[in-house]
Amino acid sequence: MDEHSKAPGLQLPEKSYLNETTGIRSWLLTVDHKRIALLYLVSVTFFFFIGGFFAMMIRLHLLTPSGYMLSPDTYNRMFTMHGVTMVFFFLIPSIPAILGNFMIPLMVGAKDLAFPKINLLSWYIYIVGGAFTMYSMISGGLDTGWTFYTPFSTVYSNSAVTPAVIGVFITGFSSILTGLNFLVTIHTMRAPGMTWFRLPLFVWAHYATSIVMILGTPVIAITLGLAAMERVFGLGFFNPALGGDPILFQHLFWFYSHPAVYIMILPAMGVISELIPTFARKKLFGYEFVAAASLAIAVIGFLVWAHHMFLTGQSTYAAIAFSFLTFVVAVPSAIKTFAWVATLFGGSISFDTPMLYAFGFLGLFLVGGLTGLFLGALGLDIHIHDTYFVVAHFHYIMVGGAVMGYLGGLHFWWPKITGRMYPEWMARIAALVLFIGFNLTFFPQFVLGYLGMPRRYHVYPPEFQVYNVMSTAGASILAVGYLAPMIYLTWAAFYGKVAGDNPWPATGLEWKTASPPPTENFHVTPIVTWDAYDFHNRPDLDLDVPHAPALAPAHGDD
Amino acid sequence: MQSPLPFFPEQASSIAGNVDALFAFVVLTCVFFIVLVVALSAFASFRYSRKSEREVGDTVAGNLVLEIGWTLIPLMIAIVIFAWGAAIYVNFRTAPKDTLDIYAIGKQWMWKLQQPNGRKEINELHVPVGRDVRLIMGSEDVIHDFFVPAFRVKMDVVPGRYNTLWFRATKPGKYRFFCSQYCGTNHALMGGWVTVQDPAEYAAWLSGESGTVDPVSAGEKLFSQLACNTCHLGNGLGRAPSLNGVYGGKVLLADGSTVTADDNYIRESILQPNAKIVAGYQPVMPTFQGLVTEEQIVDLTAYIKSLQSQPPPAKGAGVVPVTTGKK
Repeated sequence: MDEHSKAPGLQLPEKSYLNETTGIRSWLLTVDHKRIALLYLVSVTFFFFIGGFFAMMIRLHLLTPSGYMLSPDTYNRMFTMHGVTMVFFFLIPSIPAILGNFMIPLMVGAKDLAFPKINLLSWYIYIVGGAFTMYSMISGGLDTGWTFYTPFSTVYSNSAVTPAVIGVFITGFSSILTGLNFLVTIHTMRAPGMTWFRLPLFVWAHYATSIVMILGTPVIAITLGLAAMERVFGLGFFNPALGGDPILFQHLFWFYSHPAVYIMILPAMGVISELIPTFARKKLFGYEFVAAASLAIAVIGFLVWAHHMFLTGQSTYAAIAFSFLTFVVAVPSAIKTFAWVATLFGGSISFDTPMLYAFGFLGLFLVGGLTGLFLGALGLDIHIHDTYFVVAHFHYIMVGGAVMGYLGGLHFWWPKITGRMYPEWMARIAALVLFIGFNLTFFPQFVLGYLGMPRRYHVYPPEFQVYNVMSTAGASILAVGYLAPMIYLTWAAFYGKVAGDNPWPATGLEWKTASPPPTENFHVTPIVTWDAYDFHNRPDLDLDVPHAPALAPAHGDD
Repeated sequence: MQSPLPFFPEQASSIAGNVDALFAFVVLTCVFFIVLVVALSAFASFRYSRKSEREVGDTVAGNLVLEIGWTLIPLMIAIVIFAWGAAIYVNFRTAPKDTLDIYAIGKQWMWKLQQPNGRKEINELHVPVGRDVRLIMGSEDVIHDFFVPAFRVKMDVVPGRYNTLWFRATKPGKYRFFCSQYCGTNHALMGGWVTVQDPAEYAAWLSGESGTVDPVSAGEKLFSQLACNTCHLGNGLGRAPSLNGVYGGKVLLADGSTVTADDNYIRESILQPNAKIVAGYQPVMPTFQGLVTEEQIVDLTAYIKSLQSQPPPAKGAGVVPVTTGKK
């Protein structure tokens, strides 16, 4: 295909990780982090479209108040399987296991992750966990909500809870192993000169994410293990009829599942911290503050879980403490947002697709984060807890934030991953369609929530219909916005314009090697002498760097 | 009557106004920050858009004053919102004295409500306007949640314990209530109407149904049917403590601690009698788990509550060795 390339000067490297070995075995038994990232890309995309299908069913069903399309039990299965698929099989692995897996070794200047075979193992664990969950979906479905609240899930549900729980349990280990791999790699495999404060913020974000993965995931494994034992063997952990406590389940569940929100959003923040300096051609404003903010979010994020439980009857004092900590954890996010905006000032801004996603992220994450203030405020949570306000809020974070970050990163690194460019204008239009579709889908849900529409309703009072129709219309637009990148990115991987090593140009080490990179990443171990995003000390990027007269009084060549 | 695109639900309780005021304050805060960020980004995008292919940005990489500023200012705003929200919540969780107590039992997928005089309703709740009403709520099966948007109140209804919810309705009318904790197939149908009436109208309604059984006498009947009265003798000489004057007071337990004899304590003592043993007594009571419904527990509690006015047995009567107790 190389012969058909339009750009005459640019050639794909003869040998890369993509063609060094061939055949299905060379992919399924690979220990190359880049190939494993692509295995994840294919499987995570598969789960994304499964979850997206469920979402579409939900929105179509809610077009009318009477619920014309699905039976109550089917509807309950749709929203449950949408949540389980998207949270555990799309959002949690998406950026870390695809972009993180591919980029972290390149960014720190290493040949691979610290434990390449464990990396492959984690993909297989993910697939086995996914298979169990898929089995649950086709063998009776799952109707507990993704939160698996007891005693409904352990006693009353007639759906295939056990295989689903086993699937999520298994997949957790994939997450733990990925986090472990990242931590060890970042600690021990940085190239000469790559000091901690020269690391790209994408790496810092994944460092923080890995801590959450390693410390949090075992707790959800234990929790779901206990739930499975209660369901299968009748052991009384959570069922009050057996002397258990249903609220204990919620404490254990949210002890993981709230930090899990940060597993989803921190990597996306990491992507944005790459995109904005790159496309503003300027150092990130307040690098140390942003790096520290990632760690602060990871740590404080472990201390806010009971804000999901203000109305369970927990003690008033506990509620006040958890509410306060919830407001504290909002501050590091505010720091990051201001840092991104400040970076724009004095920059040289271009509006390539990844930057459009970064802007989209900025706006949607802002709305998502700020609406968290409503839910964290105890007095307001009384009214909006378990309504569509919550649904809107977390979709603004998870879809508006995490998915925008993911797609922005995918476009940004697509030329590195495949060696070829995506079609720029088509991508810009798709980004715009996504942004519009997203807001039309989820903004009306804030209003619905404040008006009092509870979540997980298969029918609803007619006065809520107007906003539901808007939301469904938006979801249709959103669906187009998601299908388009899948189609043109796949096309571009084979037929796109050859990109060259560093098309943007960007400053990270991943751009110092070929696109697509060779299997060993770098032919010669790079030596780092510059800070992250330091366009001014990078003559290799061939940019017009203004020379400070005091430093270079007589300058001949440029 | 209503605008086609409403933004606020009706305000019909004493706390609704304050909740809406805080909501409006947070909305304004959000609008301020969104406008700020969007305006700054739009301005920068316009002013600093790339002029030539090889242009780079400046070398500014931080400003300590700005960074500390945008750490502290959001923190202070956050603390204001936190404190306001906490104040509303503390008020919401602390029921005033002298409430009108109504029992609510949730089960898949209906609500059973019982007025103080024993009048029962299903998926309907009548309350007087201007009176502090407290719902004492239990569940027969899974977790439910009682939510009245017009009152801006909700509370989970958790099996194995009572949760309470209080409100004061301020406007006569009919308002929807919902179950807002997912509870299975017909979760969405598990709702109904709260009817707020003038006190006189409410009183008339309350006594308007013939055949209403007073919960105290229903409870008394159960008390002997279930043979509770064979051990819980009024004179304190039984194998189990006398229940006279117990409700609302402090009970000394075998482990030396004390507990307030409220609805939750009585409910627990019926279903898990060994969880808290009264000082001086043996753990001999069998569990009634599965033998009584949540509604029967409500009646039993009403009866025990009515014994509040009975004189408790003389001091020391309660610690008579169990072997000498009459059958």
